[in-house]
Amino acid sequence: MVRYLLGRILAAILVIWLVITLTFFLMHAIPGGPFASDKILLPQVQANINARYHLNDPLFKQYTDYLKNAAHFDFGPTFRYQGRSVNDIIKEGLPRTAAIGSMATILALICGTFLGIIAALRQNKTADYVATFLATIGISVPSFVIATLLQYYVGFKLHLFPPIGWGDPNQLVMPVLALSAYPVAQITRLTRTSMLDVLHQDYIRTAKAKGLPGYIIVFRHALKNAIIPLLTFMGPFFAYILCGNFVIEYIFNIPGIGQYFVTSITNRDYPVIMGTTILVATLMVTFNLLVDIAYTLVDPRIKLTDQKGV
Amino acid sequence: MSLPLDSFTPLQRTQKTDAINRPSTTLWQDARRRFKKNPLAMGGLIVLILICLFGFVGPFFSHFNYYSNDLSHTLNPPSWVHPFGTDELGRDILTRAMYGTQISLAIGFGSVLINLTIGIIYGGISGYVGGRIDNLMQRFIDIIFSVPDMLYVILLMVLLGSGLRNIFIVLGIEYWVTMARIVRGQILTMREQEFVLAARTLGASTPRILFKHLLPNTVGQIIVVSALQIPAAIFMEAFLSFIGLGVQPPLVSLGYMAAEGRGNIPGYAFALIFPAALIAILMLAFNFIGDGLRDAFDPKMRK
Repeated sequence: MVRYLLGRILAAILVIWLVITLTFFLMHAIPGGPFASDKILLPQVQANINARYHLNDPLFKQYTDYLKNAAHFDFGPTFRYQGRSVNDIIKEGLPRTAAIGSMATILALICGTFLGIIAALRQNKTADYVATFLATIGISVPSFVIATLLQYYVGFKLHLFPPIGWGDPNQLVMPVLALSAYPVAQITRLTRTSMLDVLHQDYIRTAKAKGLPGYIIVFRHALKNAIIPLLTFMGPFFAYILCGNFVIEYIFNIPGIGQYFVTSITNRDYPVIMGTTILVATLMVTFNLLVDIAYTLVDPRIKLTDQKGV
Repeated sequence: MSLPLDSFTPLQRTQKTDAINRPSTTLWQDARRRFKKNPLAMGGLIVLILICLFGFVGPFFSHFNYYSNDLSHTLNPPSWVHPFGTDELGRDILTRAMYGTQISLAIGFGSVLINLTIGIIYGGISGYVGGRIDNLMQRFIDIIFSVPDMLYVILLMVLLGSGLRNIFIVLGIEYWVTMARIVRGQILTMREQEFVLAARTLGASTPRILFKHLLPNTVGQIIVVSALQIPAAIFMEAFLSFIGLGVQPPLVSLGYMAAEGRGNIPGYAFALIFPAALIAILMLAFNFIGDGLRDAFDPKMRK
């Protein structure tokens, strides 16, 4: 177990290093520096800017400097926001992104499993069709469309919730709803299938034969095994919450990591793009490791060893 | 007691008792039969054919094209001439949606073709060669897998610049990892199965085993994964269009239209809802077909 964990942590560090390296060289391979597209600058000014951001150093030195700084979580200055570092932006944006993300996660898990259970228990009845229909919509409509429609009809037309902005708890409602639409749909589908699987197994019949009440059978016996397949979805789920936030924050004008990321793409603000990428990749790697460990805790049949083969 | 040798006379064989009398159904016939029995999958297929007709034949019946502006008819509501109205440059939304469907479908199929090629070669080599090379190739896949695909699609698009060709490339090299994993897993598990052993015992050569026994069995899985990756690619393109890294105007995709329609939503919601509905229908059709194909090819489902 300890050996496995150490191996995994080493592998995770290797992955993050590779991500840093790849992003660094990708960003530098893009033709035209961050200041090239602007109005023509005096050569003096250009030289000063280059000196200020160490753009004159040899590429390899820039790379090692960046690695060294990234090792103690210093991602350097931004190109576009005067006097602010990437760290400032992350420090400011991450709590907002985390707030929306975690709320959407909780909502998606609760709603998704709930809808899934209901659909499975009422298979081929109205409740099942309603749940499946909702899940189908969540999967097939792009999140930016859902977000826009919510923003316009619920926000502007019905005045139920403020359509944009950040700061008021009411402003959280629609972004969280829009962000969780897709994961709710996925979780509903997954829970429904695995619930149906489990409900037909012998030990459920035994539990019924013992005369246990329905809710105990569902929650204590069936659900425990039915949520195991859900864990495999947690990796992609987390990736979706992180990256789906890009769109949602942009639409609802929430100054989180995602919005900074999208605007820095149009601004070609490389340090922000790189910092965000590394942050997201680090979060993903950590999360995947946690999911793997959780797997063994939930299902003792799975052993934490170096898996050979498939 | 000893038996004389001539008491062992061979029995005259009158009929082959172990002969297979009924014509055996091939994997393909089996799959096709099961697919046809699945109403959702068949419905998806019919809808997909209709959408293909809409995208590829529709433009011949339209009086408009996707790029000409008509500034005297901007933002028209739906009418007989423009069944879905016009956008802010006076372009017919129905016609643009036809071309957008073409492009979106092309992106779906094109990028899946690219990832198929890479994935099959990579996964095939990894699974067939095995050993240390396999291990190394798998670690590489693990690394790519641990970075959210959306993130690296965005980075590559930033690097290559937006445009249709680059979308093909980027989406093509995004999904091959899944394909490679599937192909490798299939080949690995099947290599050890009894039917391969049986074929080997009967003296089949390695190429025969590979092409007659292993690959046809992988093809089912490959088709299933492809069918589910096509809508994913269309979805990803819509997302890219939204953040401004998609197709370049005047070219149009469904995602681009929806992203563009967002701007006019007060009063002209149809400019968003029509392309968005087309995307949703496409997604559903492909997902139903994919699910149907999985059920059709999955041996576990056989009764």
